[in-house]
Amino acid sequence: MSKVEFNKETGPREVFCGLTSIVWLHRRMPDAFFLVVGSRTCAHLIQSAAGVMIFAEPRFGTAILEEKDLAGLADAHEELDRVVNDLIARRPEIKTLFLVGSCPSEVIKLDLATVAEKLNKRFLGQVRFVNYSGSGIETTFTQGEDGALKALIPLMESSNEEKLLLVGTLANNVEDRFKKIFRNLGISNIESFPPRQSTKLPKIGKNTIVLLTQPYLSDTVRDLKHRGCEIISAPFPLGIEGSTKWFLAAAKAFKISELKVHEIISPLINRAKLALDSHKEILKGKRLFLLPESQLEISLARFLHNECEMDLIEVGTPYLNKDLMKEEINLLPDNTKIVEGQHVEKQLDRVRESNPDLVVCGMGLANPLEAEGISTKWSIEMVFSPIHGIDQAADLAGLFSKPLKRNQILTSKTLVTH
Amino acid sequence: MELTLWTYEGPPHVGAMRIASSMKDIHYVLHAPQGDTYADLLFTMIERRGQRPPVTYTTFQARDLGGDTAELVKKNIKEAVERFKPKTLLVGESCTAELIQDQPGALAKGMGFDMPIVNLELPAYSKKENWGASETFYQLTRTLLKEKVSSSDKINPLRWRELGRRPKVNILGPSLLGFRCRDDVIEIQRILSEQGIDTNVVAPLGASPDDIKRLVDAEINICLYQEIAEASCEWLKRNFGMEYTNTIPIGIKNTIQFINEVHEKLDLPLTNKEELENKSKLPWYSKSVDSNYLTGKRVFIFGDGTHAIAAAKIANEELGFEVVGLGTYSREMARQIRATAKDLNVEALITNNYLEVEDAMKKAAPELVLGTQMERHSAKRLGIPCSVISTPMHVQDVPARYSPQMGWEGANVIFDDWVHPLMMGLEEHLIDMFKHDFEFVDGHQSHLGHTATNTNNILNSDEKKEKNRKEGIIWTESGRAELTKVPFFVRGKVKTNTEKYAISRGIPEISDETLYDAKAYFS
Repeated sequence: MSKVEFNKETGPREVFCGLTSIVWLHRRMPDAFFLVVGSRTCAHLIQSAAGVMIFAEPRFGTAILEEKDLAGLADAHEELDRVVNDLIARRPEIKTLFLVGSCPSEVIKLDLATVAEKLNKRFLGQVRFVNYSGSGIETTFTQGEDGALKALIPLMESSNEEKLLLVGTLANNVEDRFKKIFRNLGISNIESFPPRQSTKLPKIGKNTIVLLTQPYLSDTVRDLKHRGCEIISAPFPLGIEGSTKWFLAAAKAFKISELKVHEIISPLINRAKLALDSHKEILKGKRLFLLPESQLEISLARFLHNECEMDLIEVGTPYLNKDLMKEEINLLPDNTKIVEGQHVEKQLDRVRESNPDLVVCGMGLANPLEAEGISTKWSIEMVFSPIHGIDQAADLAGLFSKPLKRNQILTSKTLVTH
Repeated sequence: MELTLWTYEGPPHVGAMRIASSMKDIHYVLHAPQGDTYADLLFTMIERRGQRPPVTYTTFQARDLGGDTAELVKKNIKEAVERFKPKTLLVGESCTAELIQDQPGALAKGMGFDMPIVNLELPAYSKKENWGASETFYQLTRTLLKEKVSSSDKINPLRWRELGRRPKVNILGPSLLGFRCRDDVIEIQRILSEQGIDTNVVAPLGASPDDIKRLVDAEINICLYQEIAEASCEWLKRNFGMEYTNTIPIGIKNTIQFINEVHEKLDLPLTNKEELENKSKLPWYSKSVDSNYLTGKRVFIFGDGTHAIAAAKIANEELGFEVVGLGTYSREMARQIRATAKDLNVEALITNNYLEVEDAMKKAAPELVLGTQMERHSAKRLGIPCSVISTPMHVQDVPARYSPQMGWEGANVIFDDWVHPLMMGLEEHLIDMFKHDFEFVDGHQSHLGHTATNTNNILNSDEKKEKNRKEGIIWTESGRAELTKVPFFVRGKVKTNTEKYAISRGIPEISDETLYDAKAYFS
């Protein structure tokens, strides 16, 4: 392991909670509905974080707790029953209903597991109920997906068929590209989790070889291991280097020669390097500060340093699973400063002191930093854009070069903000 | 428990954040988990603010709950005070912290600070954003001015004469994330200034705690947004005898009435009404012949209380529209909305459910919708033009240009914003004249794309067919042909009315004659 500096920090944070992941999960599974059991804050959070108005009736909603629900839990269970009945009557096309716990539902100890069990009996053969927590007292941002996937594992049937299972939400076009490349490598049986249809869950067992596409799935990995799946240890498929090592690791598990892998992906790599060059031109030697949010920070830091030649000032991450991130950390340059957790004020002090060229941060911080003359990139865009794989390496670099390029075009540095 | 797919208002602590972020030298310590920090982006992204909201989130986690969350609160308060050195501290909790009952306000008061501390108790499970903003502004005003209550005599609104200066007023209510507040304040100050009236304090927008303490230097208060400022105005009236205005100066008539109200309260001589009317282009634009086509345009209105009521009055009295629907999500203003709706002979819609609003919109078959960003989407689906008149805020509602809703310029902005989405008068006449030419086939009516009003769509939707089958109604060839000749924008309404007429008369087949019978009956 390279000599990386690990630090921990606690204090006030500026990070989304796990409910936010509903924004991409519901798009991945168009036959599922996500019902948050929470407060008006939860409802407001999801609609605000999504940053868009709803163009049609959405497939997520909040059962907002009211004063009378807090008075007696028995009544709250009954009320939730009523809300679910109304919802299913209104949306008969829904096949899976996720009951999502929130901070208030966790604090009042609303037992969503029992509610889900009862509802499963009543709606047997019509709708499946799954529960998990996206609460901000337990999860940050992308961890919500970890919870949702973990909750689906008990519903997955067993099979000893040999297969490659890609775990973690991907953009559909990226998923298709990956599958094509794996087929070219000679791996024919490939499935994705989460699937595009909530009812078509992959079967898993001891011959299931799991390849993670996202770095925030600690609990899901643990439960997949319990079901006998083999987990491939690899960096994540961001950038050319990460993706290459990711393909190689998968090939090794399927006893496919490295030579074969290089033969298939070399043209892709050459093409991607060419595309990456113009971005590298801008990013090279620029100093980068990553604030914690999406949990992708370590992989992004590796890509932006190794492939785009940026200098890393600090790599924040909301939490660190050293085991899962082992391969990534090994690829980081020596003396990289990783900070787990956050004290947002102290961290912003360090941002100002270090005078970075680019800060990766949440939407709440971006404009205030821009107003101080510091270029930023919002981290939420990483979870909404197709950034995985060799073919997307230049697009990924483009997310970071664009603000810098824009900064060169707009030369006025002392703006009055209103 | 209430199923909510989308909400017009956030929780009450977001209202408190609106007050804190609008002001200077204030800090708000919010006992809340990390996810609640999403609210910062409302200010930094929608309002494009170059500063973070002055809020510290205690960020308690599940593992803290077994231990001492009260200590965590105190630690955050201490750090926030040292770092930000606020002149007044707001302390409160969001929905989850309300359940664990640490009473952060009481904790803060026990920490021995010199600065005023406002303990905010905002019930998250029964109240919403505007209520939270109003309560915060009220508690803040009360805390900062309570010392002066007993010592001061009632304020005489005519004292400016004895003091030998121009009368002074406060403008209360404008805040961040309020609809066009930034520009309304400029417009209203300009109008008052022209009338020889000075502005003492604008609050909360841009005010500091010191400014709040100076509120009593003014003679009267201008209550610019009842949702935010009425409670504070009422308290100032009760304790200092400060009168406040009730008229919201949106539209020409209301702006004139507002000026009159201010003059009466301050005992100033009135400006000539005609001169005032000519300060805006709206009256003449509305009177000009091109605007004839606006007469009786069916308009559906939904928004916050202040803007919806004002819109109804302008639509009805200043533009000659017909208000066919009026509603609000501001439950606090339900009574006033109902009264306005009653005057206009429509039923008021009080709801926080946007799907109910969309249904009502569909039934009312309007030609123009005045609503929030959500109604803009609903109207788009229904193929109806729409103009946005109210919060919740969207980045488009914070335009770069000067764009008030209030006063003379506000009336100009309103005329343009409401009328431009419609076809212009001449354009509409031409379409009417040439509608049987091949260029004007169904679905080819101007840039608006009225897909929803295509005759075949209207007659053939499954829902409609099913309903007609049940009622035993058939449209004959002649009936269909006549219906296509009806202008597209009222075609849906004509069809519904004709069917209603046919059913009530027991007429099974609708011919061209039935259509004319119905027309005569309803007109």
